[in-house]
Amino acid sequence: MSFEDYSGIWVFIEVKDGEIVPVSLELLGAGKELADKRGTELAGVLIGENVTHLADTLYEYGADTVYVYDDTIFKNYRTESYMKALLECCQKHKPEVILYGATSTGKDLASAVATDLPTGLTADSTILDIEKDTGLLLASRPAFGGNIMATILCKKYRPQMATVRPKVMKALTPEPGRRGQLIEETASIKEEDIRTKVLEIVQFTTQKVRIDEADIVVAGGKGLGSEKGFQVVHDLAETLGAAVGASRDVVEAGWVEHHHQVGQTGLTVTPKIYFAIGISGAIQHIVGMQNSGLIIAINNDPEAPIFQSSHYGIVGDAFEIVPLLIQQFKQVFNGEVVDHV
Amino acid sequence: MLHIVACIKQVPDTKIIKMNPKTNTMDRASAPAILNPYDAHAVEEAVRLKKRYGGTVSVLTMGPPPAVKAIKKCIEIGADEGYMISDRAFAGADTLATSYALTKAIEKISQIQPVDLIICGKMTIDGDTGQVGPGIARRLDMPPLTSVNKVKEINIEEGYAVVHRKLEDGYEVIQSTMPCLMSVEKEINDVPYSSMTNMLKAARYQPVIWAVADLEDVERTQLGLKGSPTIVSKVWAPTKPSGGEMLEGDAVQQTEKLLNLLLEKKELFAVKGGSGVEL
Repeated sequence: MSFEDYSGIWVFIEVKDGEIVPVSLELLGAGKELADKRGTELAGVLIGENVTHLADTLYEYGADTVYVYDDTIFKNYRTESYMKALLECCQKHKPEVILYGATSTGKDLASAVATDLPTGLTADSTILDIEKDTGLLLASRPAFGGNIMATILCKKYRPQMATVRPKVMKALTPEPGRRGQLIEETASIKEEDIRTKVLEIVQFTTQKVRIDEADIVVAGGKGLGSEKGFQVVHDLAETLGAAVGASRDVVEAGWVEHHHQVGQTGLTVTPKIYFAIGISGAIQHIVGMQNSGLIIAINNDPEAPIFQSSHYGIVGDAFEIVPLLIQQFKQVFNGEVVDHV
Repeated sequence: MLHIVACIKQVPDTKIIKMNPKTNTMDRASAPAILNPYDAHAVEEAVRLKKRYGGTVSVLTMGPPPAVKAIKKCIEIGADEGYMISDRAFAGADTLATSYALTKAIEKISQIQPVDLIICGKMTIDGDTGQVGPGIARRLDMPPLTSVNKVKEINIEEGYAVVHRKLEDGYEVIQSTMPCLMSVEKEINDVPYSSMTNMLKAARYQPVIWAVADLEDVERTQLGLKGSPTIVSKVWAPTKPSGGEMLEGDAVQQTEKLLNLLLEKKELFAVKGGSGVEL
């Protein structure tokens, strides 16, 4: 394998309901930094049905080139069809690095592609860097449930691949009118060769505010004692129009569903305000919320590690503190304090 | 009759594990070795499918000799047979090398009885990657079905499975030809307490243990550290935040202080009278 043949930083562009998934734009931002450092180009690989027009957005977010596979066979994500397209694209154009969002689609695709190439794949990276001269990707990630951070290298194979958690990297400010090069590709795939069919896609409608997109997250932990005790979290969230988050223990106890879980095995959140109520602050939880704008912890144990990771801490009984907060917020919203904008 | 192979791993309980603050390494002795929690759900699902459709559940692991304990745990859950590949040549394997070794073992198991379905946990709690399952699927040329949270139907005669695959905001219903590989989410089932019969069976159970030499057509360069494209170059402790301001006083004073602080941070918390929170 001659590494000189491989160049360019690629981002797999995930499309959902006709729109680019935010993590793909975040990765173009991260990829741009890597590409600039290496003095190479940044490309997006866009696969789907009726997606070609999305290339314009990708240029505005930093892509120099967009490889597009636009065909009805790509209507829904399926491992085999997307993998085939990406493998062919890789073999033809030989990128140095490919980044994927660590979403259910991105992780599934990256694992399959890595095996077939074969090459190394670093999962759930949170920090990316590249060696200017060698092009060696330094992908760092939490390991052992977030107890340590590890930098993973892939020295012997190209391309180097990593999945990156949503909300960890920053998208560039779009540059309106920025143009790039569109390269239309076709993959040698036939429908009859694909062994899976998507029969139906069901979207949850009950989830009021998505936790990883919310500006405020009110999260509760096992310290609230019971599902009934956890109700204070729902109450404060409702008052603030916030999303409800939870620690792993709470999800395991079945008080709320898994899509509320914040942390290493749950979701990474970056709200402007994060309330941690009755959460002790295990490292697995901290890695999922530490990039929040403002972290407020309420816990009756003054020694709880969560206070080390918060901007403001209140030691006290959540069942006393939270209802008071709700009452005071309501007073504010009812106009007693107006227009701080 | 279905033959299901569940791939499992013995892992340190990362909830309990302690770090050596001087060397930034894990004190593995501080954490009990457990069956990877996601894999317990994989085995339970295999056992449920066996009850629904009839068949056999084999479990497979790669690990050092003490990992036999994890196989016994699976027998307690209701698995029928246990296989372990154990050899120094496997040491230091990343996900690519692990999927290769497990694939070679599955090929050997399928000579004993053809395999219809492979089930893995979503990921391990020590590696956290979720890459081994799909890797095995690709190597065996089976469709990988990741993030499965429900097995809706298995049609043995027509050779297909229908599953729910979890997405960020819902799920998709997928039909796949069999054999296929599923990696399952925790919410797929609850793992109940083991029955006394299974516990007794597990206590006596000795799995089949293979070394590299027992497997066929193995390219040794694809095993262990040698066969691993990724290497860990640096390990460090996540930076510990120093902590912020503790709000003093009684409950009313504390909450009032907090509210005032939030209101002062206009860019964070802009409040418009009566219209709720706008950020």
